Amino acid sequence: MENIQKEARKRKVKNFLNTFKGSKMGMTGAIILGIFIIVAVIGPIVYKYDPMDFGSGADVFNPPSMKHLLGTDDMGRDVLGALMAGSGISLTVGILATIISMILGATIGVVSGYYGGKIDAFLMRLTDVFLVLPWLPLMLVLAAILGSSIWNIILVIGLTGWASTARVVRAQTLSIKERQFIERAKAIGASSGHIMFKHILPNVFPLIFANTILVSAEAILSETTLSFLGMGDSLHPSWGMMLHYAFESGAASIGAYWFLLPPGICVILVVLSFTFLGYAFDELLNPKLKGR
Amino acid sequence: MSLLEVKNLKTYFHIKAGVVKAVDGVSFTLDEGKAIGLVGESGCGKTTTALSIMKLLPPEGRIEGGEILFDGVNLVNESDEEIRKKRWKDISLIFQGAMNAFNPVIRVGEQIIEAIRIHEDVSYDEARKRAGELFELVEIKKDLIDRYPHEFSGGMKQRAMIAMALACNPKLVIGDEPTTALDVMIQAQILDLLERLRKEMKMSMILITHDLSVMAETCDYVAVMYAGKIMEIGKVEKVLENPLHPYTDKLIKAFPDIHGEKVMVESIPGVPPNLIDPPSGCRFHDRCHCAMEICKIKEPEIIQIEDDHKVACHLRGNCHE
Amino acid sequence: MKRNYLIKRILQAVITVLLVVVLNYILFRVMPGNPLAMIMRNPKASPEAVKKVEALFGLDKPWYVQFGVFFKQLLKGDFGLSFTYKKPVIEIIGGKVLPTILLTAVSEIIAIIIGIIIGTISAWKRGTKADVISLSFSLITYSMPTFWLGIVLVAFFSVYLGAFPTTGMTTPGLSDGGFWMTFKDVAKHLFLPALTLSLVLIGEYALVMRNSLLDVLSEDYINTARAKGLTEKDIIKKHAIPNARLPMVTIIAINMGFMIAGAIQVETVFSWPGIGRLMYDALSNRDYPLLQGIFFIISVSVVLANLIADILYSYLDPRIKN
Repeated sequence: MENIQKEARKRKVKNFLNTFKGSKMGMTGAIILGIFIIVAVIGPIVYKYDPMDFGSGADVFNPPSMKHLLGTDDMGRDVLGALMAGSGISLTVGILATIISMILGATIGVVSGYYGGKIDAFLMRLTDVFLVLPWLPLMLVLAAILGSSIWNIILVIGLTGWASTARVVRAQTLSIKERQFIERAKAIGASSGHIMFKHILPNVFPLIFANTILVSAEAILSETTLSFLGMGDSLHPSWGMMLHYAFESGAASIGAYWFLLPPGICVILVVLSFTFLGYAFDELLNPKLKGR
Repeated sequence: MSLLEVKNLKTYFHIKAGVVKAVDGVSFTLDEGKAIGLVGESGCGKTTTALSIMKLLPPEGRIEGGEILFDGVNLVNESDEEIRKKRWKDISLIFQGAMNAFNPVIRVGEQIIEAIRIHEDVSYDEARKRAGELFELVEIKKDLIDRYPHEFSGGMKQRAMIAMALACNPKLVIGDEPTTALDVMIQAQILDLLERLRKEMKMSMILITHDLSVMAETCDYVAVMYAGKIMEIGKVEKVLENPLHPYTDKLIKAFPDIHGEKVMVESIPGVPPNLIDPPSGCRFHDRCHCAMEICKIKEPEIIQIEDDHKVACHLRGNCHE
Repeated sequence: MKRNYLIKRILQAVITVLLVVVLNYILFRVMPGNPLAMIMRNPKASPEAVKKVEALFGLDKPWYVQFGVFFKQLLKGDFGLSFTYKKPVIEIIGGKVLPTILLTAVSEIIAIIIGIIIGTISAWKRGTKADVISLSFSLITYSMPTFWLGIVLVAFFSVYLGAFPTTGMTTPGLSDGGFWMTFKDVAKHLFLPALTLSLVLIGEYALVMRNSLLDVLSEDYINTARAKGLTEKDIIKKHAIPNARLPMVTIIAINMGFMIAGAIQVETVFSWPGIGRLMYDALSNRDYPLLQGIFFIISVSVVLANLIADILYSYLDPRIKN
């Protein structure tokens, strides 16, 4: 019995991947994201960058040259190197924060949907509050109070981004919990926890996957914004931190476009690639949306 | 001259998977004051035929051949402007499932008034009065014209749709499954209403349905459609009493007769064919228990067997159980 | 019937505000590292000062009393004194509200109007070049950090072209030039910040309007309208848009949070003297009383805005009766 199910699942995944390859949006997103991930992982090995390598006064704000392909920043450091190092940080923060949001959101969603009643009402009220509350002031305040180390930032973004996932998971749980195989599990005497996490969640997973990708895009934007506004971790200079330094040092008035544009463009590209992926998955997994 | 002459109509849908030959050579005529029923399974092309007549096809649909002569004018060649003028004024449509046929944020009466004032040069108050009269015609209280669609029950919405369809006194009304979503009692009411109004206003009607009993009560003629083609066409009594086509025969047998003997209701084995790549020869051959060799190769033409009774079948009515 | 709906919504809003109060309390009084605890633990603080803080905030009393004190202060609008300005927080915030309202209102109105127009054209001409361009525009602005767009615009228009002032709301020394002078001056300063904020919003509104209109255009009643003989233009104007704009109202309400985030960033980049900039400064100075006040005011404003949007929606959609 188990083997047949495994075979069916393998076939489903293979079908899915084939259809995915046909999606222009999905492939574009995957390629762009792939490039950034490779740069993040291999970059530091191939291209040496030392954040402590401050140049002399003359090296500050140098336009692009053969020595520094993207010029130098406000401290005379190589912008291209900083950019590559930053990609790892921005991506890591985004992904880790998303994992926290996903776990939190999925748990709240499935518990809420499964138990219903007062628990559901309470959790949904909580979710509504988090959906209504403006995310940036909340994150800023949390970061200010907890301190802005990289782990706190990941935590803060994760703790504020779960609401949409919770909603989606709850809706799915409500429709799944009436199905037969749940009744059977209950009849056998499976505990609620077992049902929720071993039966319901795996079935919910495909649909929340697309949601998760979009949450990642927002997480990266959040981290960038937090860092820009001064709540970043100076020990881990992400793209947002680069922009923070650029702003604080007046790069705009000097016209140091090589320092201002690249980090922003990178953020746009990464967020776009996540968005493309998210749409592609959504279309693939949600047939109702086909043909938009 | 007949009011409506459909000659060899071909309507195809161009979708990603291919070209769906939804209506592939349909012909029939309708005289003034008469009613014809288009019956058949879902997907056989009844609704597409109706939409083609009113040129209300979705973007993928195109009339690829044939003529639609209405009052002598070929609608296929008419400009959009001309068609718009004829819509509702000459030909109106009662949609399948009136659940969402009314705009939810506009009062029902306003939507009827709109229909009137597009085609006739009357004042707002005139139109409003007529809307009220139309409501009374379909047995809805006059003052309900100021209500919103969600305040109407299913049956009331259907009656309101009929009222709206009659607003401009059209020459032809097309009813696309006008009673399918309703329960039996209301269904009877509405059919009676349609009959009465039709006779009073001397309107012609095309009634699309998959329910033979509904059709039998209201129509003079019937055309049995299958896979985009007409299989049998003729006067209702003749077709029902003496079905010439095996498909018609099965259709009739699929409907239990309350007064008749207790016979097992038969279903028709198999599924309707793929219209992108229809079967060769007669489109019904793979579900037909009388199919001969020729049925698989050559498409039968429509031939007259008796007065007011034609069939498209190589067996010419000689297929019986 | 509608009254019941309104009462229900107002009650919900009140409960949400209460939850915001509780959240505020947790953030600023309970969490580890909260400002009060820092004061208490400060070795340099004299015992009398510590005692004073204790008494003021009831820190030696049980937690529900503490919360009571907190709540009462909140109702009085007493957020304490700002660390940096040494003046009541509420006063400082009060002086910065108007510039923010000016910025957000102008941006919102521009974004709604242009967003609806672009979204409608996009849906109508679906699949054509116009649609693709507008979709790309929406996607890109949505993926862009708002502050970055602001910096780019400032760098190009102000620094490079010199066409607009770089910072602030007014030019110092111009304050007694009369109303018209002041109006023109503020308008010049407002242009770039408002442009930045609108661009990001337009992208989203156009997308929502487009999708909403596409949804509506596939509904049955649109076919009915066409069957009645209406022109395509009239169908969109009289039947489609009245339905399509309903989700827009909801989106604008949901977007309040996004709007605030945008305002904070734009005000920071352009040194626009509003609440957003105030928050940025308060963060750099770790001015906790000020932060608490700003956070509370912003949260309550958003809840209020959502409530107003809900009420407005109930008047626009005749189906909301119960």
